[in-house]
Amino acid sequence: MAETAVYDRKANIDSSSFRFQPEDKRLILAHLSFAFGALLIGTIAGLLQTLQRAGWITLPPQIGYYQLLTAHGVLLALVFTTFFIVGYFYSGLARTLGGELNPRARVLGWIGFYMMSVGVIIATALILVNEATVLYTFYAPMEASPWFYVGAALLVVGSWFSAFAVFSSYLRWRREHKGESSPLFAFMAVATMILWLHATLGVAVEVVFQLIPWSFGWVDRINVSLSRTLFWYFGHALVYFWLLPAYVYWYVNIPKIVGGKIFSNSLPRLTFLLFILFSIPVGFHHQLNEPGITSFWKFLQVILTMMVVVPSLLTAFSILATFELAGRAKGAKGLFGWIKKLPWKDARFFSPVMAMLIFVPAGAGGIILASYQLNQTVHNTWFVTGHFHMTLASTVVLTFFGIAIWLIPSLTGRKLTRNMNRLGIVQAILWGVGMIFLSGTMHIVGLMGAPRRSAYATYGNHEVAMAWLPYYDIIAIGAVFLFVGSLIELYIFLHLMFVAPKTNEPVQYPIGDMAETAKEPPRILERWSVWIGLSLTLSIIAYTIPFISLFEHAPPGSLPIRTW
Amino acid sequence: MPRYEKIWMIFGFASLILFLAILGIMAAFMGLNPPDSLRTTVAPEKVETAPPFDQPGVYQIGPKEYRVVMLSYVFGYNPGTITIPQGSTVHFEATSRDVIHGVYVPGTNINLMLIPGHITEFTQTFNKPGEYLYLCHEYCGVGHHLMQGRIIVEPSTT
Ligand code: HEM
Ligand SMILES: [Cu+2]
Ligand SMILES: [Cu+2]
Repeated sequence: MAETAVYDRKANIDSSSFRFQPEDKRLILAHLSFAFGALLIGTIAGLLQTLQRAGWITLPPQIGYYQLLTAHGVLLALVFTTFFIVGYFYSGLARTLGGELNPRARVLGWIGFYMMSVGVIIATALILVNEATVLYTFYAPMEASPWFYVGAALLVVGSWFSAFAVFSSYLRWRREHKGESSPLFAFMAVATMILWLHATLGVAVEVVFQLIPWSFGWVDRINVSLSRTLFWYFGHALVYFWLLPAYVYWYVNIPKIVGGKIFSNSLPRLTFLLFILFSIPVGFHHQLNEPGITSFWKFLQVILTMMVVVPSLLTAFSILATFELAGRAKGAKGLFGWIKKLPWKDARFFSPVMAMLIFVPAGAGGIILASYQLNQTVHNTWFVTGHFHMTLASTVVLTFFGIAIWLIPSLTGRKLTRNMNRLGIVQAILWGVGMIFLSGTMHIVGLMGAPRRSAYATYGNHEVAMAWLPYYDIIAIGAVFLFVGSLIELYIFLHLMFVAPKTNEPVQYPIGDMAETAKEPPRILERWSVWIGLSLTLSIIAYTIPFISLFEHAPPGSLPIRTW
Repeated sequence: MPRYEKIWMIFGFASLILFLAILGIMAAFMGLNPPDSLRTTVAPEKVETAPPFDQPGVYQIGPKEYRVVMLSYVFGYNPGTITIPQGSTVHFEATSRDVIHGVYVPGTNINLMLIPGHITEFTQTFNKPGEYLYLCHEYCGVGHHLMQGRIIVEPSTT
């Protein structure tokens, strides 16, 4: 069969002849390849741990359940995401800010890449030799090898260089286009990286000033509650760092793919700014059930947590409106006729739509989790794990798969063939079905009390624990689907990297056009100092007194302990 | 802003405020707050040398009212079994001797994080008789999934 490119047959062929510069290609592909490597190891760990927990397999004595879980969490939640996001951002910046990254951004980008890679390799090696079985949250006073924390610090600080690379390209564009508002993609990438810089301050302080000196033995004791609080200063914003790039794709790239327009130039920007404000001063919703923080401050942060409902609703509205307008422009009739006009057979669209559908119940679960009192019924149960396999491992990850399938060919100058497109759709279906089995069931069994982060156990055959076991079987079936899904994804990645037919045509990099009716965004939206100032102010309000209290009511502190 | 979007936002905002108001009322007027004690202990590795954790156990402090002083460690709890009559109100005071642990009793609101150096306090009334499982739900090391205990609520004879 002749392998024809999908795009040639679409109505929405991009007339622009955009091609990546070779220097940018190398930088972006380095990030994406690293991400997919992490995906492979991470999902192998995911499969094995799920089967162990269901009692289907026994692990060989050299491999521990918690060792796998540490690798799974670190490689997927921290490594796959960060590398993919940075690579995707560079690609969009090159595309929308004059066709290439500036030389300084490339240098910063490579510094970031090497720092992060070295950090990840150190940390992963230590996990593999069982010197860092502390899970991806590395709570003190459990002590990993000090070099694990050094690896973590390199990952974080390296990602700052990636952020500086984003800022550098953006600032150059601003200088050359005085008085204009920046392209939407660039605006969103900058906003996400500002969020990231602010959030990672917490974990950087924890790692550099608490964990590293303590694990090397330069200080004896650590303030455990302080370290947890610093971690969660970062930890919740981390989830928005994962989610916002998916939103970028939904807001900026997908309108082009569905043949529609971006219908507002201001609301999407406002959405991202609200995330900068409300995703950091909220970490206490992960610490609701612990001592050392008073109820007043916990409740205040619950209120701030819920504020993200606003930008989320804005997003749902904008995306659906874009789809509907696109469908109607193609002549759809009736209330829902536009749905049929959407490009369902296009993997670039299908994967992220699967992602969006899963995001609806996922968001509802998140509201339950953040509800001050309801949290007590589900905190640290598998409900939580079910929740972030829907948000992160489905919504975000499926969107990333939807990006990879066109981004890689457009970088490698190969064709996205019909077969690969079809495989991409099969992949998304497998992933969606697998996740319904896995995370849907995790929600249920979590409500029945099954704890997260636990190896196979029957708790002395207590009836409550025995009732969980059949659900574990369903979860394990889901894991098998997902693992096959991730192998297919890797096959797609490798095929588009090395095998798919080369083409001389530039491969489309979809960037939506603004609707003619979209107004020029108000200047204030791009006055970053205002938003950074507000973000810092909110964090100061939400955290100053609790931090003082953590010092005032500090116990003597904890010595390092190794318990695995 | 388009009209439909305005309606959508007003609807979203109003339900958000209603929702937060309900949570706030439950917290402020019904006393439904998570554990938030500021009490601390001596250095965790010496916690068994000073009250109250030098004598963990179950203490009756009134009719159908008990105080449970609980110490957690890798990989167990002291006391590991708590026996009380039906209808008892139990005031828990718990901590950890080493790393972070948890106490979670499925089917109740008992969901506590135990941080070394800090005392977690929580009160729960047990109205239904039965054998309740409690377990550790914060990863604490190789034996984490083995860490458990029982609360036995004996049916009242009257
Ligand atoms: C083959 C696909 C996957 C399977 C079978 C799988 C399975 C699991 C299971 C069973 C757990 C819970 C283990 C426990 O609580 O004891 C878990 C935890 C986790 N998974 Fe996955 N997962 C998969 C993919 C992903 C992906 C793609 C991501 C993120 C990008 C992800 C992120 C996480 C995180 C962050 C945790 C929490 C680790 C922790 O609690 O320390 N997973 N996974
Ligand atoms: Cu959170
Ligand atoms: Cu534990």
